[in-house]
Amino acid sequence: MTFYQRTIRELHQLLVDREVSSVELTESVLGQIDAVGEKTKAYLLVTRELALRQAKAADDRLRAKSDVRPLTGIPIALKDVLCVKDVVSTAGSKILKGFVPPYNATVVERLEAEGAVFLGKTNCDEFAMGSSNENSGYWPVHNPWGLDRVPGGSSGGSAAAVASGEAVAALGSDTGGSIRQPAALTGIVGFKPTYGRVSRYGLIAFASSLDQIGPMTRDVVDSAILLQAIAGHDPRDSTSSAHPVPDYFSTLRNGVRGMRLGVPKEYFVAGMEPAVEQAIRDAIRLLEQQGASIEEVSLPHSDLALPAYYIIAPAEASSNLARYDGVRYGYQAEGARNLIEEYMLTRQQGFGAEVKRRIMLGTYALSSGYYDAYYLQAQKVRTLIIEDFKQAFEKVDVLLGATSPTVAFPLGAKTQDPVAMYLNDIITIPANLGNVCGISVPCGLADGLPIGLQVIAPGFREEVALQVAYAFEAATDFRKLQSPLMRGAAA
Amino acid sequence: MSAIATRFEVVVGLEVHAQVLTQSKMFCPCSTDYLTAPPNSITCPVCLGLPGSLPVINRKAVEQTIRTALALNCEIPEFTKFDRKNYFYPDLPKGYQISQYDLPLSRNGYLEFDVNGEPRRCGITRVHLEEDTGKLLHAGAIEESESSLVDLNRAGVPLMEIVGEPDLRAADEAREYVMRLRAILQYIGINNGDMESGQLRCDANVSLRPEGSTEFGTKVEIKNMNSFRAIHRAIQFEVARQSSVLSSGGTLAQETRGWNDAKGETVSQRSKEYAHDYRYFPEPDLPPLTITASTITQLRESLPELPTSRRDRYIKDLGLTAYDATLITSSKAFADFYDEARRLGADPKKAANWILGDFSRLLNADHKEIQDASVKPAHLQQLIGLIDAGVISGKMAKQTFEAMYRAQDPGPALEAAKGSSQISSDAELEAIVDQVIGQNPKSVADLKAGKQQALMFLVGQAMKLTKGRANPERLNARLREKIL
Repeated sequence: MTFYQRTIRELHQLLVDREVSSVELTESVLGQIDAVGEKTKAYLLVTRELALRQAKAADDRLRAKSDVRPLTGIPIALKDVLCVKDVVSTAGSKILKGFVPPYNATVVERLEAEGAVFLGKTNCDEFAMGSSNENSGYWPVHNPWGLDRVPGGSSGGSAAAVASGEAVAALGSDTGGSIRQPAALTGIVGFKPTYGRVSRYGLIAFASSLDQIGPMTRDVVDSAILLQAIAGHDPRDSTSSAHPVPDYFSTLRNGVRGMRLGVPKEYFVAGMEPAVEQAIRDAIRLLEQQGASIEEVSLPHSDLALPAYYIIAPAEASSNLARYDGVRYGYQAEGARNLIEEYMLTRQQGFGAEVKRRIMLGTYALSSGYYDAYYLQAQKVRTLIIEDFKQAFEKVDVLLGATSPTVAFPLGAKTQDPVAMYLNDIITIPANLGNVCGISVPCGLADGLPIGLQVIAPGFREEVALQVAYAFEAATDFRKLQSPLMRGAAA
Repeated sequence: MSAIATRFEVVVGLEVHAQVLTQSKMFCPCSTDYLTAPPNSITCPVCLGLPGSLPVINRKAVEQTIRTALALNCEIPEFTKFDRKNYFYPDLPKGYQISQYDLPLSRNGYLEFDVNGEPRRCGITRVHLEEDTGKLLHAGAIEESESSLVDLNRAGVPLMEIVGEPDLRAADEAREYVMRLRAILQYIGINNGDMESGQLRCDANVSLRPEGSTEFGTKVEIKNMNSFRAIHRAIQFEVARQSSVLSSGGTLAQETRGWNDAKGETVSQRSKEYAHDYRYFPEPDLPPLTITASTITQLRESLPELPTSRRDRYIKDLGLTAYDATLITSSKAFADFYDEARRLGADPKKAANWILGDFSRLLNADHKEIQDASVKPAHLQQLIGLIDAGVISGKMAKQTFEAMYRAQDPGPALEAAKGSSQISSDAELEAIVDQVIGQNPKSVADLKAGKQQALMFLVGQAMKLTKGRANPERLNARLREKIL
């Protein structure tokens, strides 16, 4: 296996043993970006010089055996919604074209302290709004398992980079499934922690009460490593939790014997592909064989999650995106004759269609006279969904289901039908609204395209989600599946 | 006006914005000391509204707002939250202002004040906390300016909004209300109450209704009143304007009008058709706050003596007139100066006269604050002491005070006064008295004939000769001895 195909844990050992230097490893990954980058279009920006500079510094640390941490020298990709000091950060939007933040996101700071190597900024749906990466303000991303397929979204660039060997691991962000769904569609592990587990400071906001940063990795162990590095309270984010961060490795390999696993009947939605349903049922049976007890449970308000989400998230987005007015930074339209025209032209030209659609949805939902019927009602639904999870978790330790009802679909298949596109997130959205955590782990292929098993654990019980996901991964060979691009074959 | 007053009742409600001059801004660590800083030098990703930045609540600003609310007799609910007020403007970097909507920090209070010695009470609807906006600089008038410059130093400075009930019935009530409110804010240490620099801003909602009516008339909001005088004039103008419209059978538009101080009139700015829909919703970046009973108790105990009780104490314990006591306590700095002078031994009434008389006159002429003056309480106390001991005359004291006030260091002027003290020795007085008698035979004759005014004239002549340095009582006695 070449270096770029390996996991964080394997590479850490090689780095510590001086079997490989961080510079060699980084060059290996950069080489893979050179080789397949034009096919996946996973990156918006490759920070080659920065990466090599960081790799050299990491090698110094490794050589001196001083402050060597699990991520020291590991090349990582960052979703473009994360602010990196002095590096163009656009959230996949033309309205932020050329925007260079003067500060680092907290997660970026933490990874920097670990000695990680930043490969660049990965492509995503504009402002993380989308499920296929086709809403990128720059170009769509192609799935390394089939270049005519979408990688999922909105963290499609991060997913494709990890799945194609263009990054060892990546950070994504998940507002309604944007880590888990692309992870499922590209055959990698994607973990959305509980809201408040990871600081959002420096994450370009989509929907503030739902956004959460999380790991996208080759296996469950790597997700645990990455989450361990970024989790924890941040005084700069008042919504980050003071709940202590456990050692995720102390329970990771405890297995599922004696655990109660719940299967929400509502998660087998209409329109789920038979192959996906079969793979999920097989995965549940396998965990049962590992000693867990399986129980069917009900989350009765699941069907309300999607409509509630499409009120709350656009409402917050309509306000969060008001700052992009062309006055201080980013894109500014030319030819405006007055202030209002300046605003209108800048936003007309700078934002893509989906972003405009959601700004309009959200503005409407918050408007005087409509607030109670829409925003307030949606918040009440959110409370019901939180209650659903609470009751379910009184009976079971985790919930199991598919991550996405379908495998990766062809590019262009759903771009004309926003609602069909929104339905991709029907099983991932409840975890965001319900303040719980969810991980997607590969559980099979259908016609050569990956399927993801979703494990949902209670709020701030990330270690439980990791434990179950790891047990499943360890009992199967799915983690060894590599995309054709990763293997070096034509996709 | 009198004809109008019999037909319409004036209804005024005030919204006062007060900057809370904590060390750092409302949601970020930037300094609030923006007045003299170069444009955009006191900014950070948070107050610039950069993508990805998040607000963190300034605890001190919350505490200061609760203290103010307690001083205004408000209820402090246990649960409070921040909301976003959404609108586009270049001085508002996030496209929304973090403010408070339906669950403010406090509500249901009142403010007591006086108008010409008559007690008044105005309800306080709520006191809430928000962030200030930046400032726009136009080259010339906004309509004609080719471009506008944005300075975001002020963006994010904590701003308290004090919403009053429509309980005020005249322009002078409105002015007195704001003056008392300003004093309270100064006492609590919210800010210095400077209206010109915008530390304190006032908007007035003014409407008229037929006397006896319980329904409100169409209200007009007046903005841009930058002084107490402006508040008074603007409301007076608006009352006259509205009553003339109504008296001639017209109807009023609900609108916002700006006060033009130079022209002395209000000008229409924005009518209701263009009113914003602010789309308030709970600020998702800030968890709601719980204010515990023990916090409230602690903050209540931290309050200083407030103007009303200080004034009452001055009247009751020191024998000041209500008028003087109100004036001195209307500024915390004045009252503090006064108390310190008294503590050093100055006579209460004399100290009050000096502070409200010569000292105020000089300060007003220079637009200076008492705390910035070189004359300190000890100087005033010593000066009063010299007069009491008969070392200098009242007239000399006035000259000395002005000299002290003008000097960087009042010490030498005070020493000079002591040195050039009154001529009290009999030998010196004798010579002066003889000179006056020699030069004014007619007055001497008049005095002998029983005209007491002649004595006053002769004393005056002697004072003139000595440039006021002669002791008037002794002079008086010597003249009587010599002539009668």
